[in-house]
Amino acid sequence: MPEAIKPTLAGKASVLDAMPDHPALKAIQAWNAAALQDARFDRNELTLTIAADQIRNAAAAVQAAGYNFFEDMTAVDWFPSSPRFQLSYHILSHAFKEHIRLRVMLEEADPAVESITQVWAGANFYEREVFDLFGIRFEGHPNLRRILCPDDWNGHPLRKDYPVEGYR
Amino acid sequence: MSQLAGMPTLEPAEGAHDQHMVVNMGPQHPATHGVLRLVLEIDGEIIVRVYPEIGYLHTGIEKTCEAKFYQQVVPLTDRINYLDPLSNNLCYALAVEKLLGMEVPEKAQWLRVVLAELSRLNSHLIWLGTHAMDIGALTVFLYTFREREEILRLFEDIAGQRMMTSYIRIGGLSMEPPLDFLPRVRAFINTLHEKIDEYSNLLTGNPIFRNRLKGVGILSAADAIALGVTGPPLRASGIDFDLRRDMPYSSYEKFQFEVPISNDCDCWARYEVRLVEMRESVKIIQQALDGMPEGPVKANAPKVVLPDREKMKTQMEALIHHFKIITEGFEVPAGEVYQGIEAGHGQTGYYVVSDGTAKPYRVHMRYPSFATLQAVETMCKGRMIADLVAVIGSIDIVLGEIDR
Repeated sequence: MPEAIKPTLAGKASVLDAMPDHPALKAIQAWNAAALQDARFDRNELTLTIAADQIRNAAAAVQAAGYNFFEDMTAVDWFPSSPRFQLSYHILSHAFKEHIRLRVMLEEADPAVESITQVWAGANFYEREVFDLFGIRFEGHPNLRRILCPDDWNGHPLRKDYPVEGYR
Repeated sequence: MSQLAGMPTLEPAEGAHDQHMVVNMGPQHPATHGVLRLVLEIDGEIIVRVYPEIGYLHTGIEKTCEAKFYQQVVPLTDRINYLDPLSNNLCYALAVEKLLGMEVPEKAQWLRVVLAELSRLNSHLIWLGTHAMDIGALTVFLYTFREREEILRLFEDIAGQRMMTSYIRIGGLSMEPPLDFLPRVRAFINTLHEKIDEYSNLLTGNPIFRNRLKGVGILSAADAIALGVTGPPLRASGIDFDLRRDMPYSSYEKFQFEVPISNDCDCWARYEVRLVEMRESVKIIQQALDGMPEGPVKANAPKVVLPDREKMKTQMEALIHHFKIITEGFEVPAGEVYQGIEAGHGQTGYYVVSDGTAKPYRVHMRYPSFATLQAVETMCKGRMIADLVAVIGSIDIVLGEIDR
């Protein structure tokens, strides 16, 4: 049976209280409790906000805790608020049959974050896509080039200040 | 040699300039299933490196979604993976329903299962026909397209459209299926086991087909997981995981079916896994037809789901709701959700972020082919160019969903 929708838990303290045995939370707490900036459990999905300079180690920590499969990664542009960019990593566990979302917030000026291609080689194309469409750099990426747009394209189309034809 | 502006170059590896050559395969090439361009570094006939160059079909669908109402995104999703349209509709609808906290009536859920499985059969039939054709077995293509045509007629029957169905909507289905739809599906399904035997007779014992696939395109389980490979290629590498069984959605937990796996990790294993999967789809559809519940096919949410035509013409309330939904859309509570489903090619996922307005703030589509394409180099290194054709066929990619 699919699980019934559980109540929303907002804030790190309430999530830690309600789910002391959650494997991903335990792994993050054991590895570096300070790197976990925020947590939220909403619509049965757990979102963990990780300090921007720690994402590669956090990915390695949840990988070791059984979240073995990198499923998806993308960005959201919260222009004009600050911090402007949100990176969302969706990690799946084949054993626990559950997704978690790791979230990183980045400031507008020169957004850059460590690449997780060392942890999951499959993040390669996803990071190139975010680089291409949002202009966020991934340090340590083996081949950080545009992937969907031509190499000589100007701008980053999925940023909110990049115009789209139509009404909005 | 001069290169066109903006075209990437791949230099032969250090110290190998004398023996190695860099050639393009595609973007116009009959075996690349669309506009895939592979830059190959070769040593004679042996592949040293493969560099996929994609984006030829990029139309910025994710950007377009941000300027549309939630319900206007549905027809865009059809066009991403045009071989498996109803799975795209389903995944998007499930994601938005999760944001809305909406329950869909049981009959709609069961019909969604029937349609998603028909869509999977459609996708697998095209894969089988084109894959066999790439390898040189031209006949099978004609047989699989015969059955695919019947599936497209079924889609036309329910949606009025053969490929771009947009039939699965937020909150249910666009309308009741016609009375003859379920009997027609049953008649089609009853013949399908025989048809699959027919394909199998043409291919499984065929020595050329066997030799071209056996032991070719090896992808170990560890590599498959590291590279994000999902769906039949993952199960052919020995990982027993299927979202329909392990993280069920749309009532899949009520159906009994086997998840085929193989430990051979080669193109042949992927062929065998998909053939069994087609038989399992038939089983699922039969169970759905036998136990089809009664009831409405749309959720009772007049502010989100469009009213029936009849009601809209006769009731003032329905007319107002219709007008409001069309002109202003409906507001979705703020939040973010990720919904994954098992589509024909692997795990499809929609990540939808809402800021509380009537237009999605961000829609991201995770499509299986995008990740699977990264594994081509691992599967082809050190093999012949001809094996590359077998590998591309066996991972079953659609460029529409890679480039979006």
